[in-house]
Amino acid sequence: MTLTERLGAFFVWIVAIAAAVFLLTPLVVTVLVSFGSSAVFTLPPPSLSMRWYQRLMTLRGLAPALVTSVQIAAFATLVSLVLGALAAIALARTRFPGRDGVVAFLTSPLMLPGLVLGIALLQGFRFIGLIDVWTSLLIAHVVITIPYAVRTLYSALGLFDFTLLDAARTLGCSPAEAIVKVLLPNLAPAFITSAIFAFLASMDNYAVSIFFTNAWTKTLPIQMLTFAEEQPDPTIAAVSSLLIALVLVLLIVLERAIGLRRITEV
Amino acid sequence: MKAGRPAFDPVLLLAAPALAYMAVVFALPVLVLILRSFGTPTGPSITAYVSFLSDGFNWRVIGNTLRIAALTSLLCLALGYPTAVALARSKGAVQALLLVAIILPLSVGVIVKAFAWQIVLRRDGVVAAFMVMTGIWDQPQLLLFTESGLVIGAANVFLPFMILPIYSVLKLVDPNLQDAAATLGAPPLYRFFKLALPMAMPGIISGTAIVFSLAASMYVIPTLLIGDRFQTLATLTARAFLLMRNEQLGSTTATVLLVLAVSIVMLSSWAVKAKGDSR
Repeated sequence: MTLTERLGAFFVWIVAIAAAVFLLTPLVVTVLVSFGSSAVFTLPPPSLSMRWYQRLMTLRGLAPALVTSVQIAAFATLVSLVLGALAAIALARTRFPGRDGVVAFLTSPLMLPGLVLGIALLQGFRFIGLIDVWTSLLIAHVVITIPYAVRTLYSALGLFDFTLLDAARTLGCSPAEAIVKVLLPNLAPAFITSAIFAFLASMDNYAVSIFFTNAWTKTLPIQMLTFAEEQPDPTIAAVSSLLIALVLVLLIVLERAIGLRRITEV
Repeated sequence: MKAGRPAFDPVLLLAAPALAYMAVVFALPVLVLILRSFGTPTGPSITAYVSFLSDGFNWRVIGNTLRIAALTSLLCLALGYPTAVALARSKGAVQALLLVAIILPLSVGVIVKAFAWQIVLRRDGVVAAFMVMTGIWDQPQLLLFTESGLVIGAANVFLPFMILPIYSVLKLVDPNLQDAAATLGAPPLYRFFKLALPMAMPGIISGTAIVFSLAASMYVIPTLLIGDRFQTLATLTARAFLLMRNEQLGSTTATVLLVLAVSIVMLSSWAVKAKGDSR
């Protein structure tokens, strides 16, 4: 290796480590604050305590918001995976002019400012007289999650060899069996990947949900912001620390099961 | 049926539910929103835009939006490109750790991240302490409620969306190409500018487009990190609808934001295409 190359490699690793530290900073801060005894956000915490975790149990509105968010995210992910998988199969199996345009259309909500989408949908729902919070949220969140499903499944299907299905048929499988035994196992990582991204995008959504929630039905991000505005104390840090732990466990399981590298293959 | 015109493939019908859903629930409402900004009691007109654009305050808002989005994209690119290179070069446990560092932050909501940055960016926060320790600053300064603080917080939230597209392109590049070029006598800097960088360009362009449009339309981060006196198109849109109940103004700012975001995305996809054709 020449000196320039070594300098280059050194620079790359320094920046990568700095980026990793930068990315993890808010997570470390959140966890530290959640275990601190102080009611104001101070770092380092004066002493360790579990009081914010105990307070979680008594906090009104948190559990219903969490349940609403998980329900909406789960249903939206399910619906968008079904719609997205069907569309991805259709688009990967056929060639026609404008196919790229159709893919771009189905993934375009990713690029659209969330607020614009929220306002547009609010006016649309008002026009047809839809006022139910839960239904409005679900319909809106499917729009948010479909791009993740289409993008990942479409690129995974692009790499799938469809003649394998014919081979399975020749070997005596029925069409349904061929799909269940050959296509689905091959697409499992893509389904898991798009499900994770779709679920997280829905759980974290604020900009669209804000237009459809009311005082009685709130999603988790909106409830958290309400808590933060009413009485800023580390309880929201405790909520987030629990979520961080949950996702960390999920990532470790995924690394063991399919390898994290495959998750990013989108 | 004429030759060259392919028969309709029934497999295409599988796309119908998704397309119908997106046409009705996504495209139609957005189209109506755009049309509403032209609507007045007396018929279609562009008065809303004329009055919006004739106000100097609104030009500052557009300037704020573009400046913050551009600075955030630049910071993300400066950190993201080397990180993507490191990710593509690493293997095994190191790569898994880097990937966790990139994916795990996606699990933390943007509101909580903004709160964490509020703590870090305070006058007695970690960043100020670090800057004084290294001698860059003489005394602790407040980064919270400044544009620098906003850019730092935004770049932190959007960095994964820069790293992952660049990484997905770098992964496809044959590592032997670098060795081949070196064997043929190309010096390192020449190899970087003529080989590595052009190859990564589709990823860089798509990552920048994503981060730019996310940063141009962010709402929670500026609200919590800089406050009301700094307005962007997104915060102004939210104010118009949620606080001022001025739907005409909100539709107008939303449309301006939409046009900006769409033109950035179209410019970048055009740039990727032009790049591909010139190869």
